[in-house]
Amino acid sequence: MLLLTCPHCGPRDETEFSCGGESHIARPSLEATDDAWADYVFFRTNPMGVTFERWRHAYGCGCWFNVARDVVNHRILATYAMTDPKPATSETAISNGLQQSAELAR
Amino acid sequence: MSGGSRREFATGIDISRALRFRFNNRSYVGHPGDTLASALLANGVQLLARSFKYHRPRGILAAGAEEPNAIVQLGTGEAAEPNLKATEIELFDGLVARSVNCWPSPSFDLRSAYQLAAPLMGAGFYYKTFMWPDWHLFEGPIRRAAGLGIAPQDPDPDRYIHKYAACDVLVVGGGPAGLASAWEAAEAGLDVILAEIDFRLGGSSLWRGERNEAERLEAALRAHANVRVLTRTNVFGYYDHNALVAVEKLDGEGARQRLWKFRAKRVVLATGAIERPLVFANNDRPGVMLASAAQSYLRRWGILHGRQIVVFTNNNSAYEAATSFVEAGADVTIIDVRPRAKIPDIAAVRVLPGHVVKAVVGRRAANGVTIGALDGGQTFTLQCDLVLMSGGWSPTVHLFSQSGGSLRFDEATQSFIPNRAVQAVECVGAAAGELSGLDIEPLWEVPGPGPKFVDFANDVTAKDIGLAREHSFISVEHLKRYTTLGMGIDQGKTSNVNGLAIMGELTARAPGDVGTTKFRPPYTPVTFGALAGPLVGDLYRPVRYLPAHDWHAAHGAVFEEYGGWARPTAYPFPGETWEQAAQREAATARKGCVLLDASPLGKIEVVGKDAGTFLDRIYVGNASSLKVGSARYGLMLNENGIIIDDGVFVRLREDRYLVHTTSSGADRIAAMFDEWLQCEWTGLDVAILPTTTQWATLTVSGPDASEVIRETGTDIDLDDFPHMTFREGSVAQLSARVLRASFTGEASYEISVEASNATQLVGALERAGRPLLLMPMGIEALMILRTEKGFLHVGVDTDGTTLPGDVGMAGPIARKASDFIGRRSLLRQEALREDRLQLVGLQSHKGVLPVGAQVLRDRSVPGPSDGFVTSSYHSPTLDGPVALGLVRAGRSRIGERVKLYDMGEHHSAEIVDTVFFDKAGERLRA
Repeated sequence: MLLLTCPHCGPRDETEFSCGGESHIARPSLEATDDAWADYVFFRTNPMGVTFERWRHAYGCGCWFNVARDVVNHRILATYAMTDPKPATSETAISNGLQQSAELAR
Repeated sequence: MSGGSRREFATGIDISRALRFRFNNRSYVGHPGDTLASALLANGVQLLARSFKYHRPRGILAAGAEEPNAIVQLGTGEAAEPNLKATEIELFDGLVARSVNCWPSPSFDLRSAYQLAAPLMGAGFYYKTFMWPDWHLFEGPIRRAAGLGIAPQDPDPDRYIHKYAACDVLVVGGGPAGLASAWEAAEAGLDVILAEIDFRLGGSSLWRGERNEAERLEAALRAHANVRVLTRTNVFGYYDHNALVAVEKLDGEGARQRLWKFRAKRVVLATGAIERPLVFANNDRPGVMLASAAQSYLRRWGILHGRQIVVFTNNNSAYEAATSFVEAGADVTIIDVRPRAKIPDIAAVRVLPGHVVKAVVGRRAANGVTIGALDGGQTFTLQCDLVLMSGGWSPTVHLFSQSGGSLRFDEATQSFIPNRAVQAVECVGAAAGELSGLDIEPLWEVPGPGPKFVDFANDVTAKDIGLAREHSFISVEHLKRYTTLGMGIDQGKTSNVNGLAIMGELTARAPGDVGTTKFRPPYTPVTFGALAGPLVGDLYRPVRYLPAHDWHAAHGAVFEEYGGWARPTAYPFPGETWEQAAQREAATARKGCVLLDASPLGKIEVVGKDAGTFLDRIYVGNASSLKVGSARYGLMLNENGIIIDDGVFVRLREDRYLVHTTSSGADRIAAMFDEWLQCEWTGLDVAILPTTTQWATLTVSGPDASEVIRETGTDIDLDDFPHMTFREGSVAQLSARVLRASFTGEASYEISVEASNATQLVGALERAGRPLLLMPMGIEALMILRTEKGFLHVGVDTDGTTLPGDVGMAGPIARKASDFIGRRSLLRQEALREDRLQLVGLQSHKGVLPVGAQVLRDRSVPGPSDGFVTSSYHSPTLDGPVALGLVRAGRSRIGERVKLYDMGEHHSAEIVDTVFFDKAGERLRA
């Protein structure tokens, strides 16, 4: 069971949250092509590694936020606001995340 | 075999007190500190089980969770627990237990004849034998023949509770290593939880006799403010981010077991190691035991249940057991496969190096062994009454493996030990592979004939593993499934490593290359009751009650669950069925007036400068053009264009809307609004206030509805209150919101007051309506009325493919310029097809159509479907059937007669308009 950090409420059990799937997907306009629209509605990335997804503290404050999570080992690499840009999957971002999970582990 | 006498040096029992218990209908006496297994051994009960497949006589092999043989049913009746290990059951006064898988008793088991057929019943026997003509022909008798314990039929009378706990360090295992780790962490100022599966702390110190340090640490830990000690606590699951789950057995009054959900910053696994049997002929006979288990029964429980003992080993650890038995006065011979040069020098014990036990002599109890050199040659027999064996040790790495940690095979100890951790966890003591001084020489299988058991619980022999090899099931996962190795109640704790190593020898692979199967929770079985906890019965899925529930009950309501609410289906008079009541109520709504409790109707206030803009993006129709005080019907779609909810929304003020959703959609739609505002349209100035349960909503509907409201007393001008408008004022001297909208097709007033005033309002309406014969109406009548009117019920008349155009609601889209959720999907080719399923009326001329009946395309059954019936009732007003359905290209087929089919019955109907009654809608405006 994951331990997620709600920006308002702090670290809580996964059971308090609901996952809203992949984040940072731009909503196309009405003029979008069928392919672009289908891509938005149906298609998601499924990487073996870092995913960026949005979670809601459903049984808590109701806040939506973003989580960068490594799906291989479930390490939480970053937790950030919905309005924040997608962090670069650079070494720094990941090491920051690792630092965070190390802190949680301590 | 001696009768067994409790020795005075037993460290674990209170000999001064007696506990009476019954096993297989016989009475025995044990002592506090006994397990059922130790008490039975002390009473000389050696044969206490029959094996799973061949019904071979079995005794106790082990002293802990790894026990594969001594499976019992504990207790009787509804509180009985099947398939517990006698080694794990703490003895109490009045305990009742019996053997499983034998009848009438383990010493006289009618199915023991299966042993004779054993040569025919090897691995894969079922799969290969019972294929023809059909496995199901054989399944019943085989299941009955192979069953273990019996699950109680009645509901569990006991209570189970759940508890969460966070800590700095969770130490699993209260043996010497665990005690030391817990002490170290506590002294460093950390919060510590120490969990031990046994009812006593001490672990190996309890049987190795090194009690001083363990007792000192136990006393210190129990007194330490930072430490919580949990005994009888089985930590059975290790999940992500150091979440661990345990079951604690409780005694005394109250709950029977407690499920712990731990979250630990760091985990220390001090789970010890499990001794392995050696694999030789008839190694499963009662009286053959793991050396360390026998040492436990001797030292901890004071049972010397053998006088002439043979110890068979390939390592040094069994010498400790041998020495203990010599000290206790037994005659001990060690048969050691290793050459003399490797044998430790212990003067007191007779050792035969370079030899192996070929076979055990005796059926119901071991009374001798056949001994020979490993590589054949002469054999001879040695009399004995107890055979101890040690094939080395397997560190208890189950939880470490569950945590995601990898294992590696360690040559020095011939065991799988923790390799790399991926969570904040460390293993200590024997669990970490600290098994120094074993000096083990691998001996995975003793050559020679006879049944050599690897997995005692599932009757898997070395020969079965050979068969798996012959049939190419050589991967460890295939080996497991083909032979059922490790799939018993003990999950292969004593057998997995032996099994995979034998497969390794057969395929010229090292054990490390064969690898282990995946370790999964639970470490040992856990009752469903503990997992479910208190969330059973009424609490499993609590239903919500209407604020005026008692009023409805007093008026004879029959309640059903609708969308999580207990709501009146109908209010039958004495002698009336609820179906008859619904007909009467629906007829009354058309002729006079009815009262419906609509409190669960979803109510969400949308507030802010941009509320109109937001709702324009939510609804298929326009919201921002709505006048203050007016109401409008709206459909909501998802991005795929599918209808997900509908309802009437009201503009309360310029910057405030009241959105009504379906009753079951209230929570879902409020959450959806929030998601769009927080995740997509973050710039909009809008707040979402879900207010459904703050209001009680009573709907008065029918030609006489306005008269009832007038009689109730209101300051709202009812003469200037048209359909689809909204007023705030007082009704029955209560502050109220009144909406004129209708799901019945009759003039309706939806009156909302504070939820706490519900009973007051419903009482006032009842009194005012009495002269007009106002009648309470349930959901069933409402469904009849809305079907007569062709009003859509989302989720009933629509499914996961229904677009607005399919239900005739594409009109508002053409008039709207801006985007809304799902709009782009309505432009796809699939959405524009003319042969989509469309909502139409279905007029039967012969009885009510069954809901779900398929519209046949070409009259053939089975054959292609052209749609199905979604709603169908008998209309009391029209005195005939009315139905709605989704029919392929239905709107262009009005007037066509179609055939329908359902559950073996044929029907026919004419495709008609969806509105059966008051097509012009004049009654709404009355």
